Amino acid sequence: MIGDLTQFFTQLPGWSHDTDSKMASVQWHSRTRSYDAESRSCRAPAVSVQSGDYHPLKPITVTDSKSRRGARKGSTSSSSSSSCSSVAPDPLSSMLEGTDPLSLFAAAASSSANETPALSHSSSSLELGRKRREKDEEVGCDFEPWSAKRGEILARFTTTEKLSINLFMGSEKSKATSPSSAVSEKVRTRLEELDDLEEGSQRELLNLSQQDYVNRIEELNQSLKEAWASDQKVKALKIVIQCSKLLSDTSVILFYPSKFVLITDILDTFGRLVYERIWSMCSDPAPLPDPFSVEDVNDTAKETCLNWFFKIASIRELIPRLYVEAAILKCNRFVNKRGIQETLPRLTAMIRGIGDPLVGVYARAYLCRVGMEVAPQLKDSLNKNFFDLLASFRQIHGDSVQNQLVIQRVEIPVYLTLYSPAIHWILQCVAYRAPDVLLTEMMERCKKLGNNALLLNSIMWAFRAEFVAARATDFIGMIKECDEAGFPKHLLFGSLGRSLACADPPEGERLPVLNEAWKVITKVRSPQDYITCAEIWVEFTCRHFTKREVNTVLADIIKHMTPDRAFEDAYPQLQSVMTKILTYFHNFSVLFSMEKFLPFLDMFQKDSVRVEVCKSIMDVFIKHQQEATRDPVILNALLHVCKTMHDSVNALTVEDEKRALALLINGFVRMVSFGRDFEQQLSFCVEARATFCNLEPVVVQLIHTVNHLSMETRRVMGGNHSRKTAAFVRACAAYSFITIPSLGSIFSRLHLYLLSGQVALANQCLSQADSFLKAAVSILPEVPRVISVEGKQRSSEPFLLDFINNFLSTLLVVPDHPEQGVLYLVRGLLNMVQDYTWEDNSDAKVRVYVSALPLLAAMSQESYLYTIPKVDSNETLYGGDPKFIAEISRVCDTLIGQVLDYLKTLGQDEGARRQGSLAFSLFSCLLAHGDLRNNKLNQLAVNLWNLSHKNGYCDTRASVRTLEHIRQQAQQPDMAHLSDMLLRLSLQSRA
Amino acid sequence: MSVTLDLRLKRANKVYLEGEVLAGVVVITSKEAVQHQGITLTMEGLVNLQLSSKSVGVFEAFYNSVKPISLISSNIEVAKPGKVPGGKTEIPFEFPLQVKGNKVLYETYHGVFVNIQYTLRCDMKRPLLAKDLSKTCEFMVHCQPQKSKVQLTPVDFTITPETLQNVREKGSLPKFLIRGHLDATNCVITQPLTGELVVESSEVAIKSIELQLVRVETCGCAEGYARDATEIQNIQIAEGDVCHGLPIPIYMVFPRLFTCPTLETTNFKVEFEVNVVIVFHDDHLITENFPLKLCRV
Repeated sequence: MIGDLTQFFTQLPGWSHDTDSKMASVQWHSRTRSYDAESRSCRAPAVSVQSGDYHPLKPITVTDSKSRRGARKGSTSSSSSSSCSSVAPDPLSSMLEGTDPLSLFAAAASSSANETPALSHSSSSLELGRKRREKDEEVGCDFEPWSAKRGEILARFTTTEKLSINLFMGSEKSKATSPSSAVSEKVRTRLEELDDLEEGSQRELLNLSQQDYVNRIEELNQSLKEAWASDQKVKALKIVIQCSKLLSDTSVILFYPSKFVLITDILDTFGRLVYERIWSMCSDPAPLPDPFSVEDVNDTAKETCLNWFFKIASIRELIPRLYVEAAILKCNRFVNKRGIQETLPRLTAMIRGIGDPLVGVYARAYLCRVGMEVAPQLKDSLNKNFFDLLASFRQIHGDSVQNQLVIQRVEIPVYLTLYSPAIHWILQCVAYRAPDVLLTEMMERCKKLGNNALLLNSIMWAFRAEFVAARATDFIGMIKECDEAGFPKHLLFGSLGRSLACADPPEGERLPVLNEAWKVITKVRSPQDYITCAEIWVEFTCRHFTKREVNTVLADIIKHMTPDRAFEDAYPQLQSVMTKILTYFHNFSVLFSMEKFLPFLDMFQKDSVRVEVCKSIMDVFIKHQQEATRDPVILNALLHVCKTMHDSVNALTVEDEKRALALLINGFVRMVSFGRDFEQQLSFCVEARATFCNLEPVVVQLIHTVNHLSMETRRVMGGNHSRKTAAFVRACAAYSFITIPSLGSIFSRLHLYLLSGQVALANQCLSQADSFLKAAVSILPEVPRVISVEGKQRSSEPFLLDFINNFLSTLLVVPDHPEQGVLYLVRGLLNMVQDYTWEDNSDAKVRVYVSALPLLAAMSQESYLYTIPKVDSNETLYGGDPKFIAEISRVCDTLIGQVLDYLKTLGQDEGARRQGSLAFSLFSCLLAHGDLRNNKLNQLAVNLWNLSHKNGYCDTRASVRTLEHIRQQAQQPDMAHLSDMLLRLSLQSRA
Repeated sequence: MSVTLDLRLKRANKVYLEGEVLAGVVVITSKEAVQHQGITLTMEGLVNLQLSSKSVGVFEAFYNSVKPISLISSNIEVAKPGKVPGGKTEIPFEFPLQVKGNKVLYETYHGVFVNIQYTLRCDMKRPLLAKDLSKTCEFMVHCQPQKSKVQLTPVDFTITPETLQNVREKGSLPKFLIRGHLDATNCVITQPLTGELVVESSEVAIKSIELQLVRVETCGCAEGYARDATEIQNIQIAEGDVCHGLPIPIYMVFPRLFTCPTLETTNFKVEFEVNVVIVFHDDHLITENFPLKLCRV
């Protein structure tokens, strides 16, 4: 390839010197430049800043606005004025103390908190009062709402058994109505109405699957809303009653918690509807104030509300009566100030009448839920609920429950877990912002019940983590005393672990706690149960112990999960173990020195999971590794991890995924450093190239790393390479040279060739530099006209122009190859530019020609603008040889000739604007780089000026600025010729 | 041409005491002017007595309906014959709730054999070819609150197989012990019936515990009198095999209209009782009866 090219490089075939253009006969003469003098004259004069002057970074202190504010607002506080008097050192704070409206409010608020000024007193105390009330009456965001539990329960408690819904809509025993003439007319018509609506009156739906059941309940919810909307209040009530009646049915007991969730949704809807209706009845003249009192409620609304209560009080059955009354608990506000306060304890006591313990506990949960929503300040009934629950706890082991379980073939431990959501919820309500004393009392009471495992579990779930953690040893004791048969112990330890993960037990207890807990956990047989529990405890272990303990834990996990490939079903938990370890261990040498860490990693054998885990490891590494490392343990392990990620890439991998992986691997590559051992680093790069060959960004990164390595070597050697280092940097260059062709993206290749060429040049590897640049030139024809940038098709032209300009500026310092002709690379580049198939109607080629002129002009200077230390550029090689200068001029002539030819072709059609702008750029180039003392050049420049202004497309402001510049230049010595020229340049006024 | 006639009482709950003034408006809504021959209001209070077919023969029950007893009856003319303009016309009225002579206004009560009902009727007489319009609305009368304070005396009860009365062979019964108390049997009608009940022990599982509110209506007539007890409502207080030893609340709200203060007159009596009903799992039923005395304070 290179061989073929040499022909082009020497012959310049497409270039005819004897063009017939009249202007082509100009002879190029570069202007002689004295770069030093120019740079001195162009530098802006240094101005020292006086301390009193304006400076944007100086702190602003507003002093007078404060006194103004004080005068205007008589009631400002003492606190804000005291801070005003002292000058704030921080500019921001001083700004805020000033006229900022927000700080005004803040100041007012702080003043009202101090309760000093009389003016704002009333309003602020009102505000404070409201705040205090809100704090009491409303539940904070630290209370996990029911909505969060809902989905969990529905997902957890499912069944495959057939369910049935028994709706008994028609007959209404609850109402004391007998078919005598005595029934008031109103009641009678209403009854008739009902019969019409529900003709079948009793519907029994049997053999429903769980999904059917859920759908039916949802239908009921809908029909409730419809009935309400169509003003059939009695029908709505009936639907609600029938639904809550379903809650007394425990025939498919495993589904009960979910059933509870579904039906209480309906009850909530009903409660809301009733409340809103009564609310809207009150808002007739004006809406009720937000915290309203009974006096604000009008008689009609009160009467309606009372009617609801009377109606509900006459519901025959206990469970519907209880639930429906709880659902409309909030409505008590309309009737009676103390209504809620009196009703809650009554309903709490009423639940005692429920025989089935499961039904009872869920009724309590609902009551607590409504209570927390409506009146969270009434803690007493919550506590009462809990104590009642304790009192009736022995029911669980009663005969009727046992019989039922036998019939339904449900095991006791499974049955007990049905209680968990309800008890959790009740305890959560009880424990919410409760004092420790109360919690201790609760715990004692549970103890008295003989350490009931179910309760203990809920206590650990619901009570504050700190509370549990502080008594971790006690809890362990209690767990140990628990009866194994009822409730699995690993669940208890799981709950304890969850609390300990959030809060720390006392220092001294930590190790015994871990030992005790792990003793039990390791005995768990089922791998699924084991890993669920172990996963929780890993967090505690990582938090408080060193790698030794964590290693032991990992070993235990591996031991349990390996038999029968149990790990295959536990990937989520294992992944979570990994995440927890990574959260606490950021030191990777410690992490990888754990013997069991890599074996643990090997348990992830499903590819997708494995890659996920590797990614998370790399993520943490990149985030937390502070300094580069050469630790062989880390390198080996991470290379393994990265290789796993790399190997997951296949033809189907999406682009984003590849990018993410490459980013992580790049992060790793960047963090590897062998310090002064450069050769080792290079061999690491070699290895990495072999390993990560499929990810282009990584290969690019490796080339950059190697280039960096060369430059680092150069820096270490102070620019003087020894034989050994010279050989090393050549090896680096060789690495880059053979790696770059493997890249797919043409622009990556171009840029890397150029960059590596520059690096090689800097390291005095002339022939390598030459090869790099030659290679870059030789692949120029391959650049496609359209490339895709971020998924969009874009023309490659601007990128290519950028690259060529960059390349040209490098060429200034590249010495000519002794065996090739003069300006070998420049000619080669220009040839490629000429042969390249540019876009139609594009000036790009000519623009390249114009931008080559400054390079050539710079080359013909006696001393160059920049050079590379220890590298002789053409200035020294040729020493300003006239032949060399003549050669440069010849190339310039050709270029100008081409540009002028091109300009001529533009004149005819639409290209006038482009012609003008091109002519102007050539003019600027001549002005800056040509020696205008030469008459021909001078004439050409004037012609170009006129051409660019001919069609009036030029930018007048630019022209004016240019003229101004020429005028300035003309004042300098040996630039006087410019003033003559100035006279010939006319500025065309805009028509 | 539609005309609607409506009666609206000022009080939302429509409850009045003797001596108070029944106030409200007659509302006439019509698109056009309405010609009429007078609008009158009639207030009536009646006690309807019916003999149950159980205590007297079927025919007697049918024919010998006791004549209704009128408690109050008055009539006023709201508007003289004339025209009511189109649109909505409201004519306010006031009726003093005053009885003549030594009659007493009994409290509103809807029962089976005894009904005490107060109605207000508005009639609009209209010329030939147009139907007369009429609208009736019921209003409630509460009797004057009792002046004396009600003595709340708790009533304790114990139910065991031994306390049962109409059982033939006591030996075959399962053993059980149920204790409890009612806070009072002299009840204020606006306050709920309260108390507690504890299942101390029971050999057989309990299915349900209920409170049954019963009215006892007695009608006197020439041939003697008829006494009938019927259920008003039944409230379940325990469902399933409840926890032994844990007190279960007894709580029942007295329904409006269907209860009134215990009433005893020369012609009829209205009394109330409550039954505590315990249903065992084998559907055996045990009832303990408590007569109540309701009053209004």
